[in-house]
Amino acid sequence: MTISHFGAVLLFSLFTSVVFGITQRSEPRLMIRFGVFCFALFVGGTIAASWLMWLIKH
Amino acid sequence: MTTNVQAQARPAQKTTTLPPVVILIAGWLIPGAGHFLLKKWIRGTLLFVSILAMFGIGIALKGKVYGPNTAELLDMLNFAGDLGNGLLYVAARVFDLGQAAEQVAIADYGTKFIVVAGLLNIIAAVDAHSLAIGRKAS
Repeated sequence: MTISHFGAVLLFSLFTSVVFGITQRSEPRLMIRFGVFCFALFVGGTIAASWLMWLIKH
Repeated sequence: MTTNVQAQARPAQKTTTLPPVVILIAGWLIPGAGHFLLKKWIRGTLLFVSILAMFGIGIALKGKVYGPNTAELLDMLNFAGDLGNGLLYVAARVFDLGQAAEQVAIADYGTKFIVVAGLLNIIAAVDAHSLAIGRKAS
């Protein structure tokens, strides 16, 4: 199996956010909100860090 | 002005007669099993699918499954993380999965997927235990 780096980020973020959402909140609505928040932070943080590394290199 | 900062422990609704430690161990051995025992079917299913998928992707990416070792600190920590997968870890060891040497960069992602799946499984098992003893409301 091969996977792109961004694909790996998306899969990692998705599954991790699902577990975080379920375990860190008590109400279903809050679980979904926290899961989405975690997913956005994971993906957004990775993209931001990638650009930062690109800027450092150039 | 006074504020009441003491958290009131709410007794959880009894959904099982099993001891909480059984729920903790079941949740560790099989992802989501602790929630299944508490009749939290949707949460259990989501946890099972998520952790199983992460572990499966890790194996498919040819990630490494660590055995007991006293080599480097990181190797020991990776083993501890892998151990969190419970029976998935046992199955991987029995069927000799994840034993090939990492040859491509993407395989390192696989190794991390497996370790994180184990850590997430521990979080899920502890969550089920918290529900069972009433530390978490619902």
